[in-house]
Amino acid sequence: MNLSQSNTTPRLRLSGITKAFPGCLANDNIDFAVMPGEIHALLGENGAGKSTLVKIIYGLLKADRGVIEWEGKHVSIDNPAAARALGIGMVFQHFSLFEALTVAENIALSLDGAYNLAALSEKIAAVSASYGLKVDPKRWVHELSVGERQRVEIVRCLLQTPQLLVMDEPTSVLTPQEVDKLFEVLRRLSSEGVSILYISHKLDEIKALCHHATILRQGRLVGEVVPAEETALSMAQLMVGEQLAEPLRADADRDRLDQEVLFQVNELTLPSEQPFGVDLHAINFELNRGEIFGIAGVAGNGQNELLAALSGEVSTPPETILLNRQPIGRYSPTQRRSAGITYVPEERLGHGAVPDMALHENAFLSGFIRRRLLRHGMIDILARNRFAREVCDAFNVKHSGIESAAGSLSGGNLQKYIVGREVLQKPTVFIAAQPTWGVDAGAAAVIHQALLDLADSGSVVLIVSQDLDELLLISDRIAVISGGRLSQAMPTRTADRNRLGMLMGGMKAGTLQEEVEAQGVQHAV
Amino acid sequence: MLFKLEPRGGISARMVYLTPLLAVGFTLVVGAALFAALGYDPIHTLKVFFIHPVNSVQGLAELGVKATPLILIGLGLAVGFRANVWNIGAEGQLTLGAIAGGGVALYFYDSNSPLLLPAMMVAGVLGGMAWAAIPAFLKTRFNTNEILTSLMLTYVALLLLAMLVNGPWRDPDGYNFPESRIFSEAATLPIILEGTRLHLGAAIALLVAVILWFLFSRTLFGFQVRVIGQAPAAAGYAGFSQKKMVWISLLLAGGLAGLAGLVEVAGPIGQLLPRISPGYGFTAIIVAFLGRLHPVGVVLAGLLMALSYLGGESAQIELGLPVAMTGVFQGMLLFFLLASDVLVTYRLRLLPGLKRRAGGV
Repeated sequence: MNLSQSNTTPRLRLSGITKAFPGCLANDNIDFAVMPGEIHALLGENGAGKSTLVKIIYGLLKADRGVIEWEGKHVSIDNPAAARALGIGMVFQHFSLFEALTVAENIALSLDGAYNLAALSEKIAAVSASYGLKVDPKRWVHELSVGERQRVEIVRCLLQTPQLLVMDEPTSVLTPQEVDKLFEVLRRLSSEGVSILYISHKLDEIKALCHHATILRQGRLVGEVVPAEETALSMAQLMVGEQLAEPLRADADRDRLDQEVLFQVNELTLPSEQPFGVDLHAINFELNRGEIFGIAGVAGNGQNELLAALSGEVSTPPETILLNRQPIGRYSPTQRRSAGITYVPEERLGHGAVPDMALHENAFLSGFIRRRLLRHGMIDILARNRFAREVCDAFNVKHSGIESAAGSLSGGNLQKYIVGREVLQKPTVFIAAQPTWGVDAGAAAVIHQALLDLADSGSVVLIVSQDLDELLLISDRIAVISGGRLSQAMPTRTADRNRLGMLMGGMKAGTLQEEVEAQGVQHAV
Repeated sequence: MLFKLEPRGGISARMVYLTPLLAVGFTLVVGAALFAALGYDPIHTLKVFFIHPVNSVQGLAELGVKATPLILIGLGLAVGFRANVWNIGAEGQLTLGAIAGGGVALYFYDSNSPLLLPAMMVAGVLGGMAWAAIPAFLKTRFNTNEILTSLMLTYVALLLLAMLVNGPWRDPDGYNFPESRIFSEAATLPIILEGTRLHLGAAIALLVAVILWFLFSRTLFGFQVRVIGQAPAAAGYAGFSQKKMVWISLLLAGGLAGLAGLVEVAGPIGQLLPRISPGYGFTAIIVAFLGRLHPVGVVLAGLLMALSYLGGESAQIELGLPVAMTGVFQGMLLFFLLASDVLVTYRLRLLPGLKRRAGGV
């Protein structure tokens, strides 16, 4: 590498990039540059225009105006193949892997030109070994956890020896230990001269990792900072343009829980219905009125199976789930809703909401029972629309009318809408999976505050999340799910990050293992 | 040279309803060219095809007669198609409806009871439902593909009908022709327009369209159908059962197809024959899609497809064109509809002389 040249010429420079969609200016005259070997953060709320900008860089969208320079030369990036030819690799937030193919086959599919599967497998093994990204080329993708799939995506990019690696929200699916490993990999790539464009909402990570940060707000560039010289709060304020409220609990004394058990899970053992799912083994927990209970864990450790059993999408023996001491294991989702359980699934589009249906129809989807939106078997259109507007107003959902399709909302706004829809049904038990996954700081704060308020009003809140920060921030007690087993719950203030990380990594839970864990923690420290 | 389909941004709601009209337009243009190539005056031929059949009350009534089974079946199919249940065997369900309803008419041959016709209708609906229940059971129990099972059962149904009219149900005074007795007065649908063949079935078809429109737009049932069709996981989340929907939509479509079969044999045909339908069950698939799976659209599409049947006959009689012309027009209509649907959603781009295929994204 010619250092003298690379020090002066940015690897990628965007000047005056502008992109308009009908009714919205997604990027308004954006300029920034990424130097060789620089880790550059792109920071902004959902709808701030980050995704649009990244898609333009990767050739998925074409800018209306503006110039892209690569190594000092004007380029036109017409499609992802052209981006890859330049040396741009991208790890998407939502992975684009085929479940029915192996790792090697998936990677082969994305390579331009001919390939040899056996040789490719060796190359994959070599790259994954050299960067400490454990990936077995022969495994089927459907067997992989989310974290493992991400590693596949990263390896896929590395195989093409990129000069610029774009990473979209990469740590939302990782354990703290995995995050540390990922950072090592990224730092090493950076030291080898690879530029990294790092998109994240996690301000601490950006502070720890990135050399520069470009901050977008509502399609405009609002600042470029050196994260190491900023505080997380100051960057967050640039990002949202207002003072951020820390989530507040009206009832600040977190130890004073009402000792009234509202929801119990007893010896829930459930073989998975999916061929490669995770079986649940003797899961037990009790939730008290007014409590926020967090279940941490790396994706693919039984969370989906547990959530399906709790929401009623899979039925279980009656006595395994008790609501107000009533056995409800056999209840259908509809019966559970009328009994007082509402649920926010992990997938916003296609599970929690029908993308092509209007917001008001999506309000009806799960709200028609508790909000009585059916009158003599007919949809009460006025009541339905009122409910949809109520959700939008109460949760500050940005939308262009309740007739607009759910899929047209930005991720954060749709998540606020779904959470709002479930919270406003005044549930006895509120269950949420990844309530702030891929959601900007502003929306996350709104959602966290809503959950705290809901608990204060006497509901039980159960959160299944891979985001440890989130659980440590708002839950009263935390348990860890790993391999289909749930650890004992611990009060959040006594829980430490290392220990949770060990449990998430599969260390056996339970009192007998305490000592082993304690030793493990010492080793880790 | 390579073509590439690129998704257009948004699809305007207007285009969704405009494409059927576009398809009709293209069909007429290409049809005219086809006639010209065959040496016929295209304008005159199109007139014979599409105007002559309906330039009299008699002709309009015939249009209603032909459209009735298409609309009845198309309405039922539209429900299933919206819920991603692909019942291709309406022709067989129609046949079973005719057998069951016709069987009642033959069994009570001497009856003059006013209850006979309602009983035949119930039997027709149940017959169609029973036939559709087979693919429903196989799909919900063994996860078989309903496209294949329902289609294959069509041929079984046709053979069953042939067996009956050639054997036990053959008219004892019919000189050994493979036909049943002609149904009694009490077993025949009343005519609703004096001097024509337009019968009560047409009114029933319109009534069913109104009922389904109401179900679709205002009730929980219609909502469930759409959610299951668009986002199965969201349907599970809302507590809507997919298995139940497979049963409901197959039974509904089967029942309506059975009713259509009964309406044919108790209406214009008046007896059981080895062949009671010129493929209404299959044409109704086109009707359902041409009508955008919407009850009102299905009624309009049913009338249009009925016109293509009449036009084929009229062109055959007046100009000596082959009867296959009907099939050609129906096929072109479906082809242009699907093509304009694709082009409304995607834009076609020419990729001039690529050296290397662009990799997948």
